[in-house]
Amino acid sequence: MNTLVGTGSLVRLVLRRERIQLPVWLLVITGIVAATASSFAQLYPTVQSRQEFAATIATNPSVLALSGPAQGLDTVGGMTEWKYGAVACVLVGLMAVFMTVRHTRADEETGRHELLGAGVVGRHAKLTATLIVVFGAGLVYALLIGLSLTAQGLPAAGSFAMGLGIGGCVWFFAAVTAVAVQVSSSSRAANGTGGIVIGAAYLLRAAGDSSAEDGPRWLSWLSPIGWSQQMRPFADERFWVLGLYVAISVVLLATGYALVGRRDIGAGLVPERAGRPQGRFGTFGLAWRLQRGILLGWAFGIVVMAGALGGISQSLKSILDSSPQVAQALQQIGGQQSIVDSFMAAILDVIALAVSVYAIQATLRLRSEETASRAEPVLAGSVARLRWAASHLVFALLGSAFLLAVAGIAIGLAVGLSQGDVATQLPRLLGAAMVQVPAVWVLAGIAAALFGLLPRLTSLAWAALVVFLLLGQLGSLFQLGQWALDISPFTHLPKLPGGAVTATPLIWLSVVAVGFAAAGLAAFRRRDLV
Amino acid sequence: MTTAISVSGLRKAFGRTQALDGLDLTVHTGEVHGFLGPNGAGKSTTIRVLLGLLRADGGRAELLGGDPWRDATELHRRLAYVPGDVTLWPTLSGGEVIDLLGRLRGGLDPKRRKDLLERFDLDPTKKGRTYSKGNRQKVALVAALASDVELLILDEPTSGLDPLMEEVFRDCIARERQDGRTVLLSSHVLAEVEALCDRVSIIRSGRTVESGTLAELRHLTRTSITAELASPLSGVDTMVGVHDYSAQGNKVQFEVDTAELDAVLRKLTEFGVRSLISQPPTLEQLFLRHYEVTA
Repeated sequence: MNTLVGTGSLVRLVLRRERIQLPVWLLVITGIVAATASSFAQLYPTVQSRQEFAATIATNPSVLALSGPAQGLDTVGGMTEWKYGAVACVLVGLMAVFMTVRHTRADEETGRHELLGAGVVGRHAKLTATLIVVFGAGLVYALLIGLSLTAQGLPAAGSFAMGLGIGGCVWFFAAVTAVAVQVSSSSRAANGTGGIVIGAAYLLRAAGDSSAEDGPRWLSWLSPIGWSQQMRPFADERFWVLGLYVAISVVLLATGYALVGRRDIGAGLVPERAGRPQGRFGTFGLAWRLQRGILLGWAFGIVVMAGALGGISQSLKSILDSSPQVAQALQQIGGQQSIVDSFMAAILDVIALAVSVYAIQATLRLRSEETASRAEPVLAGSVARLRWAASHLVFALLGSAFLLAVAGIAIGLAVGLSQGDVATQLPRLLGAAMVQVPAVWVLAGIAAALFGLLPRLTSLAWAALVVFLLLGQLGSLFQLGQWALDISPFTHLPKLPGGAVTATPLIWLSVVAVGFAAAGLAAFRRRDLV
Repeated sequence: MTTAISVSGLRKAFGRTQALDGLDLTVHTGEVHGFLGPNGAGKSTTIRVLLGLLRADGGRAELLGGDPWRDATELHRRLAYVPGDVTLWPTLSGGEVIDLLGRLRGGLDPKRRKDLLERFDLDPTKKGRTYSKGNRQKVALVAALASDVELLILDEPTSGLDPLMEEVFRDCIARERQDGRTVLLSSHVLAEVEALCDRVSIIRSGRTVESGTLAELRHLTRTSITAELASPLSGVDTMVGVHDYSAQGNKVQFEVDTAELDAVLRKLTEFGVRSLISQPPTLEQLFLRHYEVTA
C-alpha cells in the first residue's frame, strides 16, 4: 500500500515530539487511578463501611448524574470506577483530541506537513502514524491502569475492564478527531469539535445515569463515556461492550480516511469565502475579530450544556417526588430543595471549570500571536505593548464573565420554566453563576503572568487548571490538608445556590487575579518579543 | 546631513549565542541604505532592536532622534516595517490587514493604496490563509508603501516576489527616495542592492565589517588582470597588493588591490603591453569575500 509509505519514520517523529507530554499524561492519569483506589481502601476498609457509603449514593440521582451509575460500590474497585472513571475518560479524551490535531491539522497549517509530504511519504502516512501513536497510548492506558489496580490486590477482570474503558475512550475520541480534522476549517475548529463531542458524551451519560428506571436510561448507551461504565468494571464485567469502541472507531476511521483525498492540504471541505476589501478596525477591533468566533462558540456550547443540565435537574425532581422513601431519606440530609441546589452548585462548578478553559485560551491568544510572528507587525505599529495585551485580556476577563452570565441565565430559565418559577430561580442561579467569576479570573491571571514572566512555559496554565480540577474532585478523598485544597481558587467560593454569600473570598480572589495579571503585564513590557 | 538611524556598539545575546557583538550602523536621512550579511549575521536582530521588539544588552541605538525601546510607540507612527517572513491572520482579508497596519502607523493614503494594489496585482478580498508566500509579502509591502511615514524598514522584502513584482518594488523604492523618505533595506538580491542603494553596510557575526557607498567598497576590492607582454614579466609578483599571481611565458594573470592598481600598471608598461584584460570586481565577488568566514 503505497499510501502508507513512510509511516514508520513518522511514528518515530510523533513519539519524539511527544516524548515529554505523552509520558506525563500516562503517568498522571494512571497515578490518580491508583491513588484513588488506595484512598478508598483506607477510608472504607470493610464491606459494611462501603455498603453504608453506597446507600447514600444510590438514592441520590444528582450524584449519579455527576459521576456515574451506582454499581459495584461495595468493592474498592467499583468505588474507584464510580468516582474517577468518567473524569478520567474526559481527560484522556482531551489528550486524544489535542494530540491527534497537533500531528495532523496543525502541522498542515504551519507548513510542516508540506515539508514531509514532499518526501517519500504516502498520502495516509501522517494520519496513520498519528493514530498508531494515539491508539497505542490507549492500549498503554489500559495496561497501566489494569496492572496498577491488580497490584493493589483488586480483581484482575475489573481492573482491566476499567483500564480498557478508559483506553477505549482514547480510541473513540481519536477516531472522532480523525474525521474532525478533515471536515473543520482549521486546527482550532478541529480541537473545538473534539471538545464538543467530549462534552456531549458526558452530558448524555449524565442524563441517562440520573434518569428513573422507566426513564431514558438508554441515553447512556449513546455515550462512549457511558460505555466505559456499562462495561461494569468490578460488577459482573461485560467485556463485549469493548466491541462498541472497536466497531464505532472503525466506522469513524473509515470515514476519516475516505475524506483524506477529497480535500486539499490546509483547506477545509468548506471553501473559503472572499473577505471585505477594506477594514475599519484597530488594535481592539483586531482582538475582537480574532476572539469573537471562539467566544460565540463557547456561548453556544454553554447554552446547550446549561439547558441540558437544567433539564436533568427536572428529572431529578420527578424522581425525588415519585419515591416517598427516597424523599424521606433525603429530608434528613437537607431536604429536596437542598439536593437540587447542591446538584446545581456542582453543575456550576463544572461550568466554571469549562469557562476557565475559555479564559486561559483567550489569554494565551497573546502567546500564540507572538509565536506566529503576528504580534510583530502590530507592535511595530504605533501600539503600546500594554494596549495590545489589554486588547486580548479584556476578552479573557469580560468574556468569561459574559459566559458565566449566559450559563446562569440559561440554567435559571431552564429550571425556572420547568418549575414555573422564573422570577425566583433566574436571579438565584444567575447570582450563583456570577460568584464563580473571580475564581475563573485567577486562571486568566495565572495565564497572563506566565505569558509575561515565563513565555515559553505558558502551557503551565493548563496544568494549573487540571490541578485545580483534581483538587476539587479528589482532594477530600485523598485526605489532603485544607492548605492543599486552599490552593484551588474554586475552594474559596461560597456554595451557591443554597449557601451563604460572603464577599471576603470574592474580593481576595479578584485581588489575586489582578495581581497575577499586573505582574504578567509589567514583565511583558520589559521582555523581548520571542 | 542628519541621521535617521544611528547605532554604535550594539550588543545582544540570546543565551550563549552572541547575536550582536558591537554592531555599528549609520543611515542618513533621505538615503536608501543596503543592509547586507550572510544568514544568521544579525540583520533581523538589529532590525528588531530598532523596532523596540528586543531590548539591547549594550551599546547605543537611536532611531529618528528617539530611543527605540523607550519611545517605541511615538517612533512607530513615523515608520513602516515589512518583515522577511510575513504571517497573516488566517481569517482576515488582505485589505483588512493593510488598513489595520496602516491605522496602527500614521495612517494610509487611500489613493496610493489603490494604486499599489493595482501595481502589485493583489486581490484584497482574499483571506490570509489563502495567500501564497509572495502574495503575503505583497500585503505587507502595500501596507508599508501606502503609509504616510518617514522611514521604511524592509527585511528581505522581495523574498517570494516574482521578477515582475521585484521590478515594481524597485520603482516604488525609487519613488520613495525621490519623496525624501529614508529606507533601510536588508536584502540578499545583489542586483537590487546595486540598483537601489546609496550606501551599504555589510555585517558578519554581529559586527559591521564594511560600510560606505558601493564605489567606496569597490575601491577596497581587487581587480583581476590578464595580460600578454612583449617580454617575460618580473618583479610584479612581489609588489604590494598583488595576489594569485601566475605566469606562463609572456602571459600573466593576477589580482591586484584596487588601491595599488596604478603602480602595478606602470610596472607592466615597462615590459611592453601587447594585450590587457582588466576586470573590475563584481558585486558578487565583493560580497563573497565578506561573507566567507575565512575572508
